[in-house]
Amino acid sequence: MSVVQDVPAPGGSRGFRMRIGTLSARHRSWTIIIGMAIVAAVLPTLALVPPFSSFQNQASWIDGFTNAGVFVLLALGLNLVVGVAGLLDLGYAAFFAIGAYAYAYAASPFGNEILGIDVAALLGDAKGLIFWPMLIIGALVAATFGILLGAPTLRLRGDYLAIVTLGFGEIVPIVFLNADDLTNGTNGIGGVFRPYLPGVGSFTAIDPWPYYLTMIGLITIVMIFCYRLAESRIGRAWEAIREDELAAAANGINTVTTKLLAFALGASTAGIAGVFNAAKLTVVSPDQFGFVVSFTVLAMVVLGGMGNFWGVAVGAFVIYTINNVVLKTLNQFFDTLGIPILEDIDFIGLQFLLYGIALVGMMLLRPEGLFPNSRRKRELHAEVTQPGEDEMTLPEVTEEGGR
Amino acid sequence: MSEGQNILVAAKVTRRFGGLVAVNEVDFTIPEGSIVSLIGPNGAGKTTFFNVLLGIIDPTGGTVEFRGRQMIARPRRIGLESLVWVAPSVVIVLAALALGSTGILSGGGIAVAGVAAIGFLIGTLLLAIVRPLWYQKLLLRLGIFRSARPNDMVQAGVARTFQNIRLFKNMTAVENVLIGMHTQMHSSLLDGFFSTRRARREEDLSDRRAQELLTVVGLHGIGNELAKNLPYGDQRRLEIARALAAKPRLLLLDEPAAGMNPRETLDLTKLISKLRSELGLTVLLIEHDMKVVMGISDRVTVLDAGRKIAEGTPEEVRRDPRVIEAYLGTPAA
Repeated sequence: MSVVQDVPAPGGSRGFRMRIGTLSARHRSWTIIIGMAIVAAVLPTLALVPPFSSFQNQASWIDGFTNAGVFVLLALGLNLVVGVAGLLDLGYAAFFAIGAYAYAYAASPFGNEILGIDVAALLGDAKGLIFWPMLIIGALVAATFGILLGAPTLRLRGDYLAIVTLGFGEIVPIVFLNADDLTNGTNGIGGVFRPYLPGVGSFTAIDPWPYYLTMIGLITIVMIFCYRLAESRIGRAWEAIREDELAAAANGINTVTTKLLAFALGASTAGIAGVFNAAKLTVVSPDQFGFVVSFTVLAMVVLGGMGNFWGVAVGAFVIYTINNVVLKTLNQFFDTLGIPILEDIDFIGLQFLLYGIALVGMMLLRPEGLFPNSRRKRELHAEVTQPGEDEMTLPEVTEEGGR
Repeated sequence: MSEGQNILVAAKVTRRFGGLVAVNEVDFTIPEGSIVSLIGPNGAGKTTFFNVLLGIIDPTGGTVEFRGRQMIARPRRIGLESLVWVAPSVVIVLAALALGSTGILSGGGIAVAGVAAIGFLIGTLLLAIVRPLWYQKLLLRLGIFRSARPNDMVQAGVARTFQNIRLFKNMTAVENVLIGMHTQMHSSLLDGFFSTRRARREEDLSDRRAQELLTVVGLHGIGNELAKNLPYGDQRRLEIARALAAKPRLLLLDEPAAGMNPRETLDLTKLISKLRSELGLTVLLIEHDMKVVMGISDRVTVLDAGRKIAEGTPEEVRRDPRVIEAYLGTPAA
């Protein structure tokens, strides 16, 4: 591709690294597949190695990794919206909820009754087969809602868009909460079918492996699509809009449809994550989709490195693991050691304080995130790079718009 | 070049900002293949006029025709458009209700009709956002008119540069040109997803064309430089290359020589003449540098305080007393 990184590889075996770099750029999809395969193999192995194996057993670890995978998917989708196209979406969990409920309607006795179909009678023991087409249908439903929300709001800029999406993110769970007859209110829809795969049978709660491998597969596919899109004509248009919307429009980019597309694609990724999550938990309820989810995913995108899909995925994984494993073990750790003050601190309760500190620290020290996208990095460090630019913008005070 | 054929006709274009009339009933035509300049003192409304031509600002009055097609005017019968959106769904609902009352359609059928109605509603909504050409023509036939958006103008063949350079600074020169090529490329979302052969071939071709365009404007071999790292004059040229990438028929240059030294200005003048002779482009120029204006323009139009005060060949305009007055003020009596 024409993208040439001007950032020199830091030290070491530089030639080798660059060769790997060009190779992976040329065969992007294979790189992702191989990379994900390595990750898929390394994580369970790591769970068997001492420091980690002492926290919890391998099955719990794998279950945790799978849950982390849901957030990786969400972060990848939100990255498309926030990181690539530059649209601040604070209500991303709404699409997650819509995907989950879409699956619950198609794959639970309660939902089937409302829709007037009976999947269990149609497919018998293999009723979980519906999971696979629902991955796509859930994505489409979420995308439709993304378009419905985006169509009137994407003409707004920056802050206004953030507020509208924030509202939408609140409205959706509340609708699911209050539409008692249709959604079973607070209790949510239970008895959601687990996926079924011929040859494997129905997935179970005891064996985390099928879920884990399905999740790895989903992430791989989504990641490949994300990278391909970002490098296509449409991805370029997104970046152009993020940098300068007026200039993008003046170059023939239909800003409204292009932004809408990013919004819809981000929503559909959340829809996929929702379908998977519902099929794994076998229950969907409104409290799973609060603002905390939207916020957590956004924090993952920001900390991971906006615009860089690998970075965002790693960011999501790390934050999820810290949230759900490390904080818990910290509590146990200090309890067993009996260190006076630390013993009394409830680290899980302090989760959001720690988040806040991490985010502020990050913005001060490394605003581009842990694993930045090279272009983002240039944007954020603009003042360092160009000596001769400023003097040249002087000549004519603009009369743009005749005042 | 067929002189006399007007590529762009603006009639009585007016734009008010509250009490300020930035552009006041300006009539303006650009003959095909010519280089036309728009000059005037600061605040004369040149850039506003420019933005109206490009669909960035809606005019409060007047029309703009480009290549015989009306592009910009006051919107007409927009209310009717929303009727067009809901019409299919309403028809389906009414038909379903009618059939339901006669008993031909049962509960399930009505539900299907309801889903179809919602589907149509979403479909037409999408149509109204994407606004494909056939949809715009259909609306026009119904007497509904909506002003062109900037991207519609580019599609129709108008490209521009900006007074204060607006490159995509953190992208390379080639990437900038590739974005300019957006309307010329056709790979869709699915092409992107599956990285089809068509998409890859298009990328390769565009890449090569981008390099060629850079050569045309004299920026050979800097394709991989970041736009913000280029010298000022090169940034101006890059912006022209980006505008050319859209294969325009009419190129609008907003003060291309601003901030350039005499050497760069001379090169720029040569470049503009070359674009006309080699690519058959029509050029509209807003410029303060009189050497550029008088040197290459076929016709010059002078704006002052939003009004057109003179129009003609460079020689005529230069001698016009009103122009002299606008630029130098009234002689002390």
